[in-house]
Amino acid sequence: MKLSFSLEDEQFRQEVATWLQENLIGEFEKLKFRGGPGDEHMFPEERKRWEQKLAAGGWTCVGWPREYGGRGCSIEQQVIFYEEYARAGAPGRVGHIGAGLAGPTIIAFGTGAQKSKYLPGIVAGTELWCQGYSEPGAGSDLANIRTRARFDEAGARWIINGQKVWTSLAREADYCFVIARTDPGSVAHKGLGFFLVKMDQPGVEVRGIQQITGTSEFNQVFFDGAECNAGDIVGAPGDGWKVAMSLLDFERGVSTLGQQMQFQNELNEIVGIAKENGAARDPAIRQRIAKAHTELKIMRYNAMRMLSSQGSGAGSLQQEALIYKIFWATWHRDLGELALDVMGAESQILEHGPYQLSRLQALALFVRADTIYGGTNEIQRNIIAERGLGMPKERWQR
Amino acid sequence: MKFAFSDEQQMIRDTAESFLAEVSTGEAVRAAMATELGYDAELWQRICGELYWPAIHIPVEFGGLGLGYVELAAMLEQMGRYLLCSPFFSTVCLGANALMIAGSDEQKAQYLAEICAGRTATLAYTGKAAAACGGQWGAEAVELVAQRRHDQFVLNGTLRYVPDGASAELLIVAARSLGSTGAEGINLFVLAADRAGIECRLLPTMDQTRRQAEITFDSVTLPISALMGEEGAAWPALAKIIDLATVALTAEQLGGAQQLLDIAVDYTKERTQFNRPIASFQAIKHMAADMMTRAEVARSGAYYAACVAQEALEHGELASQLPEAASVAKAYCSDAFFRNAGDALQMHGGVGFTWEYDVHLYFKRAKASEHFLGSGDYHRERIARLILD
Ligand SMILES: Cc1cc2nc3c(=O)[nH]c(=O)nc-3n(C[C@H](O)[C@H](O)[C@H](O)COP(=O)(O)OP(=O)(O)OC[C@H]3O[C@@H](n4cnc5c(N)ncnc54)[C@H](O)[C@@H]3O)c2cc1C
Repeated sequence: MKLSFSLEDEQFRQEVATWLQENLIGEFEKLKFRGGPGDEHMFPEERKRWEQKLAAGGWTCVGWPREYGGRGCSIEQQVIFYEEYARAGAPGRVGHIGAGLAGPTIIAFGTGAQKSKYLPGIVAGTELWCQGYSEPGAGSDLANIRTRARFDEAGARWIINGQKVWTSLAREADYCFVIARTDPGSVAHKGLGFFLVKMDQPGVEVRGIQQITGTSEFNQVFFDGAECNAGDIVGAPGDGWKVAMSLLDFERGVSTLGQQMQFQNELNEIVGIAKENGAARDPAIRQRIAKAHTELKIMRYNAMRMLSSQGSGAGSLQQEALIYKIFWATWHRDLGELALDVMGAESQILEHGPYQLSRLQALALFVRADTIYGGTNEIQRNIIAERGLGMPKERWQR
Repeated sequence: MKFAFSDEQQMIRDTAESFLAEVSTGEAVRAAMATELGYDAELWQRICGELYWPAIHIPVEFGGLGLGYVELAAMLEQMGRYLLCSPFFSTVCLGANALMIAGSDEQKAQYLAEICAGRTATLAYTGKAAAACGGQWGAEAVELVAQRRHDQFVLNGTLRYVPDGASAELLIVAARSLGSTGAEGINLFVLAADRAGIECRLLPTMDQTRRQAEITFDSVTLPISALMGEEGAAWPALAKIIDLATVALTAEQLGGAQQLLDIAVDYTKERTQFNRPIASFQAIKHMAADMMTRAEVARSGAYYAACVAQEALEHGELASQLPEAASVAKAYCSDAFFRNAGDALQMHGGVGFTWEYDVHLYFKRAKASEHFLGSGDYHRERIARLILD
């Protein structure tokens, strides 16, 4: 076992840190520590410009191969990048759905034409994406998709009808990747397609949903005769589920490995308050803060184990990877509660009316989403038990 | 960076596992539990004479194999899994570590060689104070008194919760100068357990897989040569010895937490109710998923702590992280082991409550290991002091 990073990786760490120090200034100074969980609605315009600033430095898609405009970084270096990004307090990325999900999927499954049409805008930070998976009837049971896509032979294009829900950043996004049913008689994960759809067109309507924080970062998206070109389906009709699932692997992948650093920032802020208001002297609070610290440390060690076993398991998910999501999500959710309890009665008083939450107040509410999206805790437990422990699947009729 | 076992480490782990699966069966554990010694002396001879386990991380110059703490942890994990009843932990993780950290060259040369050859040892540092306020396992736990009389020390007092204290042949004891408190005035001594004035009394314990003893010193005289390090200045060394032992214990706890998961999942796949295996009930699956999460998180914490312990022995870059890494791992692994034991018992239903099934052995071992060297609460308070005060 070897815990330290190589000299080359440490130099890379220095390079990232220096670039951030030199560029997260001026008009971007105010973005520090903003745009994170519960705060995504803040400074959208400035954060779009920041995305382009990152692009100019070559930092939007560090893990992509160089031929597609990425930096070709190793997994270690990607983690280092995310760690330093959070350590510097750089803002939540408005481009993360494109850079982290849409791009890697197009690189893995897309045609040459799709790559040259869609990847440059993601790398340049000029085109933003959103994820059109969930529907009113398809949440945990994602395969229960009702949105339909019909191929119009005459116009040589796909026509999409249906409704998506909980679509984050849909109002800011230029494109949406949409799972829709291409085979009208099909059920479950058969007969689906994966489409790249332009948001700015008459057949697409976005309506914001006000969320627990009072703000609205996610949306309903209605497709009423929305169109995309014949060439905008990734994979063949019927391959949609396969493409959609491997995208979820990207979602659970490398970018979350560096997030401990952002969590550390949040915990530091809570520790600061506890020291100031005396909560740090309360034995019960001391226990809870120490527990949060303990588990955050181990979360990082767990990420290091995942990194080290990359590629060794020939496609099989290692045990430490299976438990990663539920562990960080539950930890983060508990941190939100800790934040409020450390602030005590003061946690209930807002900075301004009508509903202006402080960063920690917003965090405390937003973290309730962590155990819901990306597979709820209950779904994670099903996956761990069935895939990790070989326990029998539930059976039911659709 | 490579946070995973090397091929050689994996081999050591696998060898330990297959050996222990054979010799430390439920039946063998029960037989050892019933003896006064608490372990099978013949098996211990094999472990020392054929497998050289006690020599594992002792430096080559003192007759050891010169491997590291990660290798040691890999073996301890398997011992925890199979509930091996043996004086390994007390001899190696307490005794040998104490000698390696605090012993003079002569003491190391003599005693480490003896340990490699199969002599048993333990560390005795706690008085009743270790049980005060929910458990205090730092300097305040040292109660034995050592008074200097010219060329001798005279030791008086009582030590408690000493692992294998009634059977160990060699004792390393901590004692403080009269009237001193906290980290001041602490000495470490190494001596044979059969010295005049020492009385070792076996304490009956709830967990019967590891013996504990009370040791009384009644005006025991020791020559200066028994002193380890400088007079009155042993606390930093003792603190390190305790942290190293704590790290070792977490590897055992991890093994226990993993084994409980495996036992429980196997059982639920076989047991049917309502005409289906109980493993198909979601309430059971989710309990199992939580157990696996705890075991994997415990693994990350225990392995990391083992790496840091290795650096602490080599005075490496991460050496200063030892107290924190030990507390992080102990806080998590203690809770993970005990909670897995509770869940495993629940998943077994009535048979989990019987003496016949193995679950209760782990359940009791989990509680004993949790309290030994400080509970989760104790270690969280140690962390709180680091970050809040
Ligand atoms: C802040 C936020 C942002 C989101 N952003 C996006 C986005 O950008 N794009 C997108 O497509 N989606 C997004 N989602 C949607 C998210 O993926 C879904 O909310 C999630 O998959 C759960 O689906 P659901 O809300 O329909 O809940 P349901 O599936 O109805 O679940 C309700 C409850 O039932 C439980 N449950 C369901 N099935 C089972 C089962 N088999 N066993 C045990 N318990 C079960 C769940 O665990 C949960 O507790 C977002 C959600 C949130 C909260």
